Amino acid sequence: MADAVEVVIGLEVHVELKTESKIFCACSTRFGSPPNTQVCPICLGHPGTLPVLNLKALELAVRAALALNCKVARYTKFDRKNYFYPDLPKGYQISQYDAPLAEHGWLEFRVDGRMRTARIRRVHLEEDAGKLMHDEVTGETLVDFNRCGVPLIEVVTEPDLRSPREARAFMEELRAVLQYAEVSDCRMQEGSLRCDANISLRPRGATDLGTKAEIKNLNSFRALEKALEYEVARQTRALERGERLVLETRGWDEGRQVTVPLRTKEEAHDYRYFPEPDLVPMTLDPEWVEQIRRSLPELPSQRMARFQAEYGLPAYDAGVIVASRRLADFFEECVRHYPHPKTVSNWVMGQVLGYLNSRGLEPEELNFEPERLAELLRMVDEGVISVSVAREVFEEAVSTGKSPRALVEEKGLEQLSDTGALAAVVRQVIEEHPSPVRDYRRGKVKALGFLMGQVMKKTAGKANPQLARRLLEEALATEREETP
Amino acid sequence: MRCQQRMRKMDEGCLTDLSVHQLRVLLERGEVAPRDVHEAYVRRIEEVDDQLNAYITVCPDFPPELENRHGRPVFPVAVKDNIMTRGIRTTCGSRILARFIPPYDATAILRLKERGLYVLGKTNMDEFAMGSSCENSAFGPTRNPWNLDAVPGGSSGGSAAAVAAGEAPWALGSDTGGSVRQPAALCGVVGMKPTYGRVSRFGLVAFASSLDQIGPITRDVWDCWVLMRALCGHDPLDSTSAPGQAPIPPPQSVESLGGVRIGVPREYLGPGVEDAVRDAVLKAVGVLEELGARAEECSLPHTEYGLSAYYIIAPAEASSNLARYDGVRYGHRTCQASSLLDMYELTRQEGFGAEVKRRIMLGTYVLSAGYYDAYYLRAQKVRTLICRDFERAWARYDLLAAPTSPTVAFPLGERTADPLAMYMADVLTIPVNLAGLPALSLPCGFARGLPVGLQLIGRPFDELTLLRVAQAFQQATDYHLYRPVVGGEVDG
Ligand SMILES: [Zn+2]
Repeated sequence: MADAVEVVIGLEVHVELKTESKIFCACSTRFGSPPNTQVCPICLGHPGTLPVLNLKALELAVRAALALNCKVARYTKFDRKNYFYPDLPKGYQISQYDAPLAEHGWLEFRVDGRMRTARIRRVHLEEDAGKLMHDEVTGETLVDFNRCGVPLIEVVTEPDLRSPREARAFMEELRAVLQYAEVSDCRMQEGSLRCDANISLRPRGATDLGTKAEIKNLNSFRALEKALEYEVARQTRALERGERLVLETRGWDEGRQVTVPLRTKEEAHDYRYFPEPDLVPMTLDPEWVEQIRRSLPELPSQRMARFQAEYGLPAYDAGVIVASRRLADFFEECVRHYPHPKTVSNWVMGQVLGYLNSRGLEPEELNFEPERLAELLRMVDEGVISVSVAREVFEEAVSTGKSPRALVEEKGLEQLSDTGALAAVVRQVIEEHPSPVRDYRRGKVKALGFLMGQVMKKTAGKANPQLARRLLEEALATEREETP
Repeated sequence: MRCQQRMRKMDEGCLTDLSVHQLRVLLERGEVAPRDVHEAYVRRIEEVDDQLNAYITVCPDFPPELENRHGRPVFPVAVKDNIMTRGIRTTCGSRILARFIPPYDATAILRLKERGLYVLGKTNMDEFAMGSSCENSAFGPTRNPWNLDAVPGGSSGGSAAAVAAGEAPWALGSDTGGSVRQPAALCGVVGMKPTYGRVSRFGLVAFASSLDQIGPITRDVWDCWVLMRALCGHDPLDSTSAPGQAPIPPPQSVESLGGVRIGVPREYLGPGVEDAVRDAVLKAVGVLEELGARAEECSLPHTEYGLSAYYIIAPAEASSNLARYDGVRYGHRTCQASSLLDMYELTRQEGFGAEVKRRIMLGTYVLSAGYYDAYYLRAQKVRTLICRDFERAWARYDLLAAPTSPTVAFPLGERTADPLAMYMADVLTIPVNLAGLPALSLPCGFARGLPVGLQLIGRPFDELTLLRVAQAFQQATDYHLYRPVVGGEVDG
């Protein structure tokens, strides 16, 4: 059965643009302020107020569209999407309907080592709504309008994604591209990147689309993948039982890890779109659009290719590092000070990401200079500290903000690399442990490990392991020769 | 209709009879103080507004900050109650905003304040500017000062009646389909609808955004120009406001109208137009010809479709513009609701009057899936055809002359049960809004003791030609110098 059906997924992604002020008024877009402190008569929909387009929002939307390989329209306009909801002060959302800002784009992304492409149907500009807050105790619902009027783009894909994994990989690439293009922070937990998914099944080889479900409330990459996996299973089961699926909107219940029906098509809104008479249609100057195109930075796919060619990184490493602009910048800066890309890449993927993941931080929140990592790695090369000490020093340096070198000195963590001193310790160990020495000499190579352990113990872990091992092997060989 | 209409020539000794430019002379000479003017108007309002109901809110106190303006004259102005006035209740003639106090001033109000004007009061209107008689107000109808049994026209009926009755020296109205010009005509005063984009709409409660304009209502053409000059100009807060506008120069008295070409569209003098109105308008055109203008009949062939197109486009926009009155953030909220849907339905059911509900339903219907193309899109095409009619006319004429209203003021209550008959009152003013043109209505005679309005329609942004021709007409005639004797008012 599983091979006989094909999964078809399309995404609708809302992305908050990082402008200082809202799209149609001068209020701040800062996240996390007390409720209703970033509002004015315009974004509260007071009688008589009018919208005026923030040109920075238009510019960022064009940037995003270009980064997604879209064709930017010459003529575009705003429309009103009419519906009632308490978080929507005007009773309509200013959005774009039949003349979107950009169309016909595509985005390439990697999934399980293969490259895939999803087409972007359109990118349009609109305003965000407020936020409802339910008070569990009093049962009241309150509205916070701080978010109301924050500029958004909606990115709509064609139904080109074929598995929940692909959907997730696409979203991760989309986030990387939009972060690189500096149009959005794309923080899912703050709601600056939000995603709805349309999913349907069809017999493999069919061209018509099956009955789709629209899944809402996907607040993380994990939720997206889990919800879609759940839907594949649910729809497959239903089809196997010969049930008819209905066109419906479902929501992801994070707690129960299931999707639940929200509304069916019969209850769907008629949004009564019509051209927004308070804003004039726009004709975009192609020269201006070209200027924006020229100002786009290197995007993740280009950077990934460059990391492989320039630094000789494996595709996997390059993919992981490039997924975050901050991480990739960190890597490059570190390599500038410590020109051993593979070592740096191992550390970035191991220690740095490990540290971030264990604390649930975003790469943007990393408080550690790439020069410091270079300094740490140089100390390992110089034999000042061992790799294991370096790992500890890294953890401490990241959390305290102290320089690795200062930490090593302060705590006396330098390795014992003095041949004379170490040789004395080695001799002592051989004298104190005749039995493992005998074992070793009889060919039990494992005994060397025990003796190494003793050396480390005597030096409180500071012995340079390579040197200690060499001295130990030399001593054992010499003494064997001397013993009859 | 009772035959109670009486009129008199204006009295130069009576402050509330004077035009503002006449008052200015007295103020500048120091013969009267601004406070005297203010008190004269407040007294006049106390005297006659019980009968007229032109005001919803009166501000009886002279603003103390204007007490000493170093000799710079200050004037009161009456403001239609759909224009936001900071700290002064602004109701739109609706229950839903009956206690709404705006936190900001409309751009038009700010511009007037900069020029020494202050708000004398907020005038009655058809609810949300939807109506042609001022009967659709939650605050009761306004009556026509020329005959208390007649309507003053609408929707800016309160402003027109106040200016006509000496309750305000001048006023602001708003014109979406004739709402300044038609009541100005029915009350015998001057009213102008500026070119779309001339005057900022920021702070004007939206009825039909692509048609609405604020306009002045005054006793004569010179005052109309003064208010226009104050109101016009680009506003960065209104994206539809026209950038780079030059101020309108004064309509200096012209010796002759030689070279001025006037078209008289035959569709505006058709069977629906009352004979006495047609006669007065043609006689006025004759006056303009005597002054040197050349007038001839012309045709605007798509005129008859204007009303239908308007009653699709305006309600469509209104249905969306009025969605914000939901009881969530401000205005009336029902106390009966047990669910969100209930709250919306009951709040709007209780808050809106019948005509507003009718237009919201019309607008919702024409925008609905499956009907949009047949109604809204087709109406937009008609709108384009109407614009082309006018564009063709501008190749041959400098302005067009027509009646403002097909009839003089009609009896109160006559059309309230028949929306279509009511809608016909705007048939001659609507095409101008659809085309975004400037137009002016000025008194040009009387029929059965009620004023008749002459409508002059101009090219986009050519308000000056309208003002100059109108000024020449007023210099040659005295219709604008008559004042109504209001109801039980003791004459002389
Ligand atoms: Zn705001």
